[in-house]
Amino acid sequence: MDAVATRDLTRRFGHFTAVDRVNFRIPAGSVFGFLGPNGSGKTTTIRMLCGILEPTSGSAEILGMDLFSGREAIKANLGYMSQKFSLYDDLTAAENLDFYAGLFSLPRALARERIEAVVRMAGLSGRTKERVAGLSGGIRQRLALGCAILHRPRLLFLDEPTSGVDPRSRRRFWDIIYDLASGGTTIMVTTHFMDEAEHCDSIGFMYDGRLIALGTPRELKGFVPGSVWEVLSDEPMDLLRDLEGNPGFLDVAVYGRSLHVIAEPGAEGILARVGARKIAPSLEDVFVHLVKAERGEKAA
Amino acid sequence: MRRLRALLIKEFIQMGRDRLTLAIMGLLPVIQLLIFGFAINTEVKHLPTVLYDQSVSAESRELVRGFQSAGYFDIRYGAGSFAEMNALIQGGRAKVGIAIPPDYQERLRSGRQASVQVIVDASDSMSAASAISTAQMIGLVKSQQVLFDRISPGSSGSRELPVDVRIRPWYNPDMVSSHYMVPGILAIVLSMTMMMITSMAIVRERERGTLEQLIVTPMRTWELMAGKILPYVVVGYAQLTLGLLIGILVFRIPVRGSLLLFYGLTSLHILASLAWGILISSVARTQMQAMQMSFFALMPSILLSGFMFPREAMPAFFRAISNILPVTFFLQISRGILLKGVA
Repeated sequence: MDAVATRDLTRRFGHFTAVDRVNFRIPAGSVFGFLGPNGSGKTTTIRMLCGILEPTSGSAEILGMDLFSGREAIKANLGYMSQKFSLYDDLTAAENLDFYAGLFSLPRALARERIEAVVRMAGLSGRTKERVAGLSGGIRQRLALGCAILHRPRLLFLDEPTSGVDPRSRRRFWDIIYDLASGGTTIMVTTHFMDEAEHCDSIGFMYDGRLIALGTPRELKGFVPGSVWEVLSDEPMDLLRDLEGNPGFLDVAVYGRSLHVIAEPGAEGILARVGARKIAPSLEDVFVHLVKAERGEKAA
Repeated sequence: MRRLRALLIKEFIQMGRDRLTLAIMGLLPVIQLLIFGFAINTEVKHLPTVLYDQSVSAESRELVRGFQSAGYFDIRYGAGSFAEMNALIQGGRAKVGIAIPPDYQERLRSGRQASVQVIVDASDSMSAASAISTAQMIGLVKSQQVLFDRISPGSSGSRELPVDVRIRPWYNPDMVSSHYMVPGILAIVLSMTMMMITSMAIVRERERGTLEQLIVTPMRTWELMAGKILPYVVVGYAQLTLGLLIGILVFRIPVRGSLLLFYGLTSLHILASLAWGILISSVARTQMQAMQMSFFALMPSILLSGFMFPREAMPAFFRAISNILPVTFFLQISRGILLKGVA
């Protein structure tokens, strides 16, 4: 069964189309990575699926129920963590947790048990009486997640949960996500981090309001039309100018002090001679290529 | 019910921790009541007055005594010419000028009409109004005396007026301004706090993104509204009680009607003001905007509600505006119950 299935989901703000006929499915119990540059329509899509924003046209089925008619029933099974970790700063961690337990009408004994579990998970032991404003980013993020899953939702939306959080907290956060997924929770998560995307079961890539790629990380890597080569250089920008436009090279992009070249089979010989190394394509290669291809189409 | 309970608990904790909210709730009514109650007095006495007496006679001195004894005019300057008198008024040192013509005594004695000029600085209309009415009164009384003397000279008989108009200012017999002001200030302060605190509390939720979070939970709209309104109704009653205590203990305003009725009808005022607060919160994007809009809405409440100026004197258009202000109606309720004892 699909936890989420959209049908031509669209949202316009005036003349601006933020989300343009987006179609995807998320199988129950899987982790769906939602990627794309800022302003590409990720958050707008999630807000529509959560029932915060009305779609302009199109529709979606959430947990087998219609987005509109099943709204109230969906809400009881939905968890949502927005970009801003929307906790109450002036309340303590414990007060925030009590508040959310109340919102979901959890019986008292059950609430106490689950709050304890969240406190352990968030690493909050001994600090539950501190105001949220004074807690570190990592702890606040785990607390916000804890509040969003107190009622054990079947579907969890996480909107850029790891932005502004240090790498160790990020790692710890993803461990929790895998834990939840293995327990059967369906998770839709937006992120800018490619390493995080690699760990998703499937990925959707948004660009300019449209879903331009959809598939497992392995499938997406198959979108690269040639082989990927890495060329090291002290002056990558000069090298970029030299290599760009060469008929055998489909795409050249700068990665720090190296270039990634997507080459047709016939051009591989030249690259081998200048000391380039053939590498496995990363998701980043895929997206850089997809974005360039999109831009090229628009320009044409 | 459990959801509403959680929301109320949260709201009260937040309220208790926010110093600005606490200050608005507690200090505002106390300070406003004390300032307005003590400072605002529409009764104007002891106006600095300049006298230009060209007659210098027993009759003119008697008239001047009449002016002085009323308590409204303090004769501080004596002028030697019209120019000197005018300069004193123009310079703002005197508010009133009294000019008695040289033939004052002569005209009175010969039974002709004597005219006395009273110049009033009307750039401040409140003090001008009381100066004018007092001066007219003094002139009338003086004329009566002269007439009586003329009709029955030297008689010590009855000097009663044929018609005696007696004015009794009901509900506020001593015309104490604070009795009139305090119910008004209560209305204004309540309206302002209710508008400001609720609109800010709701906008804060939106600003921080917590409102979005609440929408995603099974919370119903009415629960959210009730959770935002009920705590502030409690605050409103706390303010009302505090303000009423100050009014009774400090300003000794009478409570002639039923307090129970007063508290009951106050709920209408509180709810109407809360509705304004919610209306503001639906437009304002930031807490700062919410505060500014509350002040913007407050000005008409002060000027048009009848708190400062009588609504009877307003053009129909402004009277229509005053009809959408909660303060307008609460003024009638509070003055009616507290001062008039209306039930």
